[in-house]
Amino acid sequence: MEHKLIAAGFGGQGVMLLGQLVATAGMIDGKHVTWLPSYGPEMRGGTANCTVVVSDEPVASPVVDTPNEIVIFNIPSLLKFEPTLDKDGILVMNTSMIDREPSRKDIKVIKVPANDVADKLGVLKAQNMVMLGAYIEATKAVSFESVIKALEKKMTGKKAKFLDVNKKAIEEGMKIAREQLG
Amino acid sequence: MGEKIMVKGTEAIGEAAIRAGCRVYFGYPITPQSELTEYMSRRMEEVGGVFLQAESEVATVNMMYGASSVGARVMTSTSSPGFSLMQEGISYMANAQLPGVFVDVVRGGPGLGDIQPSQGDYFQIVKGGGHGDYRLPVYSPSSLQEAVELTIHAFDVADKYRTPVVIFADGMMGQMMEPVEFPDPIDPGSLPEKDWALTGAKGRNARYVTSFDIDPYKLEKMNKNLQEKYKKITEEEQKWEEFMTDDMEVLFVAHGTVGRIVKSTVKMARDKGIKAGLFRPISLFPFPYQRLSELADKVDIVMTVEMSAGQMLEDVKLAVLGKARTPFYGRLAGVIPTPGEILEALMKELGR
Amino acid sequence: MEKVSQEAMVIAKMPESLSKKEFTYCPGCHHGIVHRLIAELIDEFSLREKTVLVAPVGCSVFAYEFFNVDGTVAPHGRALAVATGMKRSRPDLFIMTYQGDGDLAAIGTAETIHAANRGERVTTVFINNAVYGMTGGQMAPTTLLGMKTTTSPYGRRPEKEGYPIHVMEIMKELPGVAYAERVKVSRPQDVPKAKMAIKKAFYAQLLDIGFGIVEVLSTCPTNWGMDPVEAGRWLEENMVKEFPLGVYVDKVTEVMKEKGVK
Ligand SMILES: Cc1ncc(C[n+]2csc(CCOP(=O)(O)OP(=O)(O)O)c2C)c(N)n1
Ligand code: SF4
Ligand SMILES: [Mg+2]
Repeated sequence: MEHKLIAAGFGGQGVMLLGQLVATAGMIDGKHVTWLPSYGPEMRGGTANCTVVVSDEPVASPVVDTPNEIVIFNIPSLLKFEPTLDKDGILVMNTSMIDREPSRKDIKVIKVPANDVADKLGVLKAQNMVMLGAYIEATKAVSFESVIKALEKKMTGKKAKFLDVNKKAIEEGMKIAREQLG
Repeated sequence: MGEKIMVKGTEAIGEAAIRAGCRVYFGYPITPQSELTEYMSRRMEEVGGVFLQAESEVATVNMMYGASSVGARVMTSTSSPGFSLMQEGISYMANAQLPGVFVDVVRGGPGLGDIQPSQGDYFQIVKGGGHGDYRLPVYSPSSLQEAVELTIHAFDVADKYRTPVVIFADGMMGQMMEPVEFPDPIDPGSLPEKDWALTGAKGRNARYVTSFDIDPYKLEKMNKNLQEKYKKITEEEQKWEEFMTDDMEVLFVAHGTVGRIVKSTVKMARDKGIKAGLFRPISLFPFPYQRLSELADKVDIVMTVEMSAGQMLEDVKLAVLGKARTPFYGRLAGVIPTPGEILEALMKELGR
Repeated sequence: MEKVSQEAMVIAKMPESLSKKEFTYCPGCHHGIVHRLIAELIDEFSLREKTVLVAPVGCSVFAYEFFNVDGTVAPHGRALAVATGMKRSRPDLFIMTYQGDGDLAAIGTAETIHAANRGERVTTVFINNAVYGMTGGQMAPTTLLGMKTTTSPYGRRPEKEGYPIHVMEIMKELPGVAYAERVKVSRPQDVPKAKMAIKKAFYAQLLDIGFGIVEVLSTCPTNWGMDPVEAGRWLEENMVKEFPLGVYVDKVTEVMKEKGVK
């Protein structure tokens, strides 16, 4: 099985971190992984995206033209990446930021009001963790335990105090996805 | 070997150099490799090494010349325009037989170009961008683990043959993250002494290191020595990877990150019933002509894919020597080809 | 006042020598203010159709797009060599370079000093923000002692990284220089002064006296890790101390007087 994920949104929405956590969790799970950011001047304030591959075999291309999973944080990214999604692929979208419907009918859609959920937890910035939770529940690309381990590696020093709320946010995201998956 | 850790390409290469016993780094910031320079500014201090940000790449390469001539394991990293500025010094180092490792994280050109990944500097790096009859061993990694191994190898090759060596990376390699296992560090003190280095003529005759001789016959002799050395490197230092070439009907040739992308194309092609294979040169000088030539005997099409207008293609043609068709697919200026579009190009070539 | 006429006023105030393109600089960055001053002067001297601007490699690499004058981008550090080639070939043109500290005082030091020493009839505006802005905040030749950057993570130490370089003080020693002044634009009252300095540097070229250069102490809030207000304050408290403001060379005022130029 190969999970080919593109996560996309505005710079500052934590898209890159989400991707890195998936990749690191994959590594902890014993999978082969790559993480590739799109970088350049457009990063400042513009849109940001990264491509993550999690695979049972050594990863060939870290560049992906048809992802089978996309995590989308804003409208421009939806417009850009929805058409590239594989048939039967999974779209996880932040409905707090995207007030429109996806146009494809041949994909699975998980709608996550991530900002609202994170806001209720008291840390709006954790919206990317809500999205991460929904993603791992919907795709089973990586395990929850490994995501938490990856998070612990990232959140050291001053950031350590946000560990709990992030964990909570991930769990909330998982719950939302579980409900929608039925 | 330690545990696997997720690192960025720039950090992987920097840490590999430290593990290889490199304790002297000079550099000048340039995107997309400044993070390597930044990593070294932190790390060299921690291991008691030397980090110096030079005022330019021209100064950088000559600092390398100096450090190398007194025996240091020395490295720099730069990107295309910066590597252009280093050419004079590299040519001097080549003829003065000074080891040193250059990491060129190639970006889109020519001129100021852009800061996206490219392989458009193949001619410059592999064929020699400076003046005179010299060659540089060049390694093109396609994964971060390989980048680590080749960086360490580059220091050994540089010292063994007394030559500058280049790691040909691109912006994709610099920015991507992948799990990497670092080997145990080499103690710089355990490295063999360099019996040619300028260490002060205490109790011995004075030595000199130079790229110069005004007497053409003597300079010719120096040149012949260099050519002998390159012959030996050609015989002993070729590296390549073959992927699904056993039963192939068509062969791709690609190096570095593109080699990796083409692996996906090979799998996609096989899903469509086309038995594709990949030949990925790892050493670009010495280029593995012989092995590629053997593989070319088995196929009608040898398709080269590069992030350039077709530069390695010339070496591929030299290996194939008309035995098979040699079409080319390339993207320019920092645009990364995707596995799907490469497959499309192949299908077109096959007339399907 | 009606809204329409207000808008008309704003448009009227926009110098003709600026293009309609919106600046892409970070909030609180001084590059934009200085662009505007230069454009106003080009307008006031009616030089728009005679000007060629040499942009550097640095955050102002797009300067040629923001100005509505002919322009090019020189290789990193080589702006004054490119400008020399232009001026020597077409002395009737008005040639300007616009350069950052890394560009002018690190990689381009040789070109800078020799163009100045030859007294090239060109005008240079030098933006000193004490870091490499474009490449993400590495140490610049003008980085202050103790200042942390991405390549001086332990703070700049004189014994390892050397001292901040003082370009105006060097200019003072070069006979080819006709005008050299260091200014800032962080407070509203600084701006007319800075404009006057750049005007004198224009005259150094226009009256055929010699090389003219103005150093502008500038902020880089993004790489200094400060908000615009903090950055302005930091500049006032630290940069001005290290880099004293003032006129370093002035062979222009006298010639202006002689020739009756105001
Ligand atoms: C030969 C070469 N080396 C390095 C670079 C990378 N580079 C681009 S801009 C820059 C420094 C910019 O700093 P500065 O001149 O101070 O301008 P600022 O962005 O701060 O305005 C560097 C090192 C390059 N483009 N070319
Ligand atoms: S990085 Fe610094 S110099 Fe560049 S535009 Fe932003 S504030 Fe200005
Ligand atoms: Mg600067």
